Amino acid sequence: MPTKRLTFNFPPHLIDQPVTYQLITEHKLKVNILRARITPREWGRLVVEISGTKKNLDAGLQFATELGLDIKPLAQDVLWNADNCIECSACVSVCPTGALSVERKEMHVSFDHDKCIACELCIPACPYEAMQISF
Amino acid sequence: MAKTIQEINEKIKKGKAVVYTAEEIIDVVKSKGAKKAAAEVDVVTTGTFAPMCSSGAYFNVGHSNPRTKLGGGTVTLNDIPVYTGFAAVDILVGATAIPDDDPRNKIRPGPFPYGGGHLIEDLVAGKDVKLVARAYGTDCYPRRKLDTWVKLEDMNEAVLFNMRNGYQNYNVAVNLSDRIIYTYMGILHPKVRNATYCSAGQLSPLLNDPLYRTIGVGTRIFLGGGVGYVVDRGTQHNPDVPRTDQGVPRMGAGTLAVMGDLKQMSERWLRGASFTGYGVTLAVGIGIPIPILDEEILRHTAVTDADIVAQVVDYSEAYPNCIPGSLGEVTYAQLKSGSIKVNGKKVPTAGLSSYARAREVASILKGSVESGSFLLSEAVAPLPSVGSGVKFRPLQERPVFNNTRVAVD
Repeated sequence: MPTKRLTFNFPPHLIDQPVTYQLITEHKLKVNILRARITPREWGRLVVEISGTKKNLDAGLQFATELGLDIKPLAQDVLWNADNCIECSACVSVCPTGALSVERKEMHVSFDHDKCIACELCIPACPYEAMQISF
Repeated sequence: MAKTIQEINEKIKKGKAVVYTAEEIIDVVKSKGAKKAAAEVDVVTTGTFAPMCSSGAYFNVGHSNPRTKLGGGTVTLNDIPVYTGFAAVDILVGATAIPDDDPRNKIRPGPFPYGGGHLIEDLVAGKDVKLVARAYGTDCYPRRKLDTWVKLEDMNEAVLFNMRNGYQNYNVAVNLSDRIIYTYMGILHPKVRNATYCSAGQLSPLLNDPLYRTIGVGTRIFLGGGVGYVVDRGTQHNPDVPRTDQGVPRMGAGTLAVMGDLKQMSERWLRGASFTGYGVTLAVGIGIPIPILDEEILRHTAVTDADIVAQVVDYSEAYPNCIPGSLGEVTYAQLKSGSIKVNGKKVPTAGLSSYARAREVASILKGSVESGSFLLSEAVAPLPSVGSGVKFRPLQERPVFNNTRVAVD
């Protein structure tokens, strides 16, 4: 069953719509909300891990897109600026999913987009502004 | 078989010196034995790249026309206040300096996005920096106001001067309290949810020469990507701490004061660092070559992460209130494995010192020695070692009442 990590950007007029409910009930999708931000009269933002059969996923995402949501893969939002990174590993112990990790022999630091849930804990932990998020 | 530094330098000049990094030498000694390795190896190179707060730089910016007496006036570089209490155009900036009233730092925890460390990095990177000066004006220095862009290459002298760098070992920081704390050891989560450490361990300069047998006043070093010198012991130098059987300190001990021409250095090895909720500092790359003069010196360079221990210290209560003691002792091998045990609980670890970059410093220095472009220097004077009586003491506060001295009993 395919799984996607996505950000749903809600235009202000859709904030009061139960979009997630419809994705779950009508499109039979499993939705795990990783982060949510709702601000009155502004674009809202939902970071989700979403899984289902390919058919249901495609239909569900089409439904949400037609409704007016701007859907983007999560990976685009979190950036590891390797040039800024000094590979100190300060971020690694605060990363809850192991997206930031150290290869233990050579002690090189790497970032795996697919494991990132955009929790932002790494951002204040990095002294060199190597982690950026475009929220 | 003992060698001298002159003999080693002759081999370096001929391109025949046998050089290993402090990481490589471990396996060399394992396979050949210390005696044979000591006879064959000439130099072991060390390295470290980590935040070092007592770093700074001084500059002679040249005289304006008409002249301005910056000395005794106020000067900022990119809004960072610099120290002006010298002659007319000599100024000094420290890594932790921050702009007065930076609104970004007013709400806890501030991000401290720009400070002295970043300023030094920007200058080294060749960027234009804004100098704003207000002076009181004298007959010989009449000008009272100066606003100008400056850059490193236009200055007469630009010198990195770090009064304490290269700490020989350091604490492992944890947080026993139930609130998050923001420290110079990084963000520490409550109830010991993470631990941070800051040493290159087996690659770190002073951990490879634990009794300061070769590193001393005048030692030529890799500093910030250029060449620098050890100019004295660093501040807080504290050789008389408990040590392992091999002489390696079990906690922070020796330190180095270093300096070098900033114009030779690079922003890859001098990086401004922002510690959330704490402040600004400068990450400095330092590499020190150790001449293998005898077997004992070689044995010391073969120290491994498993041989070096550090103390786990609580930064919520014990550190701020100067309460001595340790929550336990761990090795750098354990720290680098990704987790340690504190009070029986598994805690994830994070380094603030970059081991990958430390290795890079050691191998750059190895390359320079091998190619004959970096000669070793004889120390002019040794650093105070065990039994010297040099101690790191706390401040004895003597409260001031009505501006008079009161005897403390």
